[in-house]
Amino acid sequence: MSPELKNIALKDAPSSTDEFIKGLWRENPVFVQVIGMCPVLAVSNSAENALAMGLATAFVLVMSNVLISSLRNFIPKQVRIATYILIIATFVTMVDYAIQAISVDLHKSLGAFISLIVVNCMILSRAEAFASKNTVSKSAIDGLGMGFGFVFALFCLGSVREILGNGSIFGFPIFPESYQEWIIMILPAGGFFTLAFWLLIFNHYKLKKAKS
Amino acid sequence: MSESKTRSPGTQTNDGSKKMLIAMVGIGVVCALLIVFTYEGTFGRIEMLKAEALEQAVFKVLPGITKTGIFELTSEGKFIPSDGKDRTKTLVYAGYDDQNTLKGIAIEAKGQGYADILKVLYGYDPASQSIVGFYVLESKETPGLGDKIEKDENFLSNFNGLSVALSEDFKTVINKVIPVKFGTKENSWEVEGITGATISTRAIGNIMGESTATMIPLIYQQQESFAFAPNAPTK
Repeated sequence: MSPELKNIALKDAPSSTDEFIKGLWRENPVFVQVIGMCPVLAVSNSAENALAMGLATAFVLVMSNVLISSLRNFIPKQVRIATYILIIATFVTMVDYAIQAISVDLHKSLGAFISLIVVNCMILSRAEAFASKNTVSKSAIDGLGMGFGFVFALFCLGSVREILGNGSIFGFPIFPESYQEWIIMILPAGGFFTLAFWLLIFNHYKLKKAKS
Repeated sequence: MSESKTRSPGTQTNDGSKKMLIAMVGIGVVCALLIVFTYEGTFGRIEMLKAEALEQAVFKVLPGITKTGIFELTSEGKFIPSDGKDRTKTLVYAGYDDQNTLKGIAIEAKGQGYADILKVLYGYDPASQSIVGFYVLESKETPGLGDKIEKDENFLSNFNGLSVALSEDFKTVINKVIPVKFGTKENSWEVEGITGATISTRAIGNIMGESTATMIPLIYQQQESFAFAPNAPTK
């Protein structure tokens, strides 16, 4: 590559901060890409569950991104998806044991959804679209950005649902006794309502920004 | 002519397959090792937390106790003191008060729920011949619906004084514990369900019915084997 071309390429290449912000905000996996909806709707019924699930997913995402990226020249493309699933499943199993070792109650409330991180399309899409084509450090930053974007989105949903549906946040009551809980917010339908509400806000700001 | 051009297509496919095989097996082995290390590393703590949760549950289902003792059921149907480490055996937990008198026995029971196997612990008081406490140890029931079996106060009140009185020869429970629909409970041996959690509550009623029918006569007949033994492993 000639020096001029190299300079241009470097100028165009996104910086680490950019790569991080991309996942957190501009290409947020939940609010912009709308992927990985199963845990988003199912485990966001309380702030604690949402945070734990988000962190577990983020850990798996970062670790699998790093490993897949470091093995990208070693994995033949015919078996890449099978290999990615194998790697992702390994980290999910590790997280599962770790959560059990942290708290039995937390493991009880997250239940089957931990194992379902294996089939979270956000993780597989980052492996296929990013980690398999980029360097280890870039993939790690991409994983961190997307992971925290996912935590942020899950927390947005979980806190709203817990406040309205249970009158509390992280289990601490914030409304007086007389508060009538909106039970529907804890039920699956509440997940859809809350997601719709957040998407509305996100898109409203996006449109407003585009216009200005 | 270079070597690669003289190779037959068959050799190339073989090379490809070999590479795939090496990659899959290699990564598989590394992944397996990672899982084994994590399992080994967390096993001790997970077992400890589970044992702790179980012990707390024993205190929940037997009100007024201050210490517990573990007993296992032998194949001859006798209860002997146990260290509780072999989880494949049928274990029961005796609860004592400050004066070392037996206050009740906590019994584990399990059965098929709506989503997965339900594991519960209940407290039996031989003096009043009734169930005095109930706690769900493991459940994957639907959040918001089936999981009410863990929290619904009206449902849990079923197990405060649930009658398991024995017949005169102490060999059978006179009235087997049965599940009934919400609002139709008439007798003290019936478990009243929850609307919206029919399958889960019915499962609990049946688990309790079956477990009490076999365990209660055995325990009642051998009450003296549960007498407080200072040398037995207690907590």
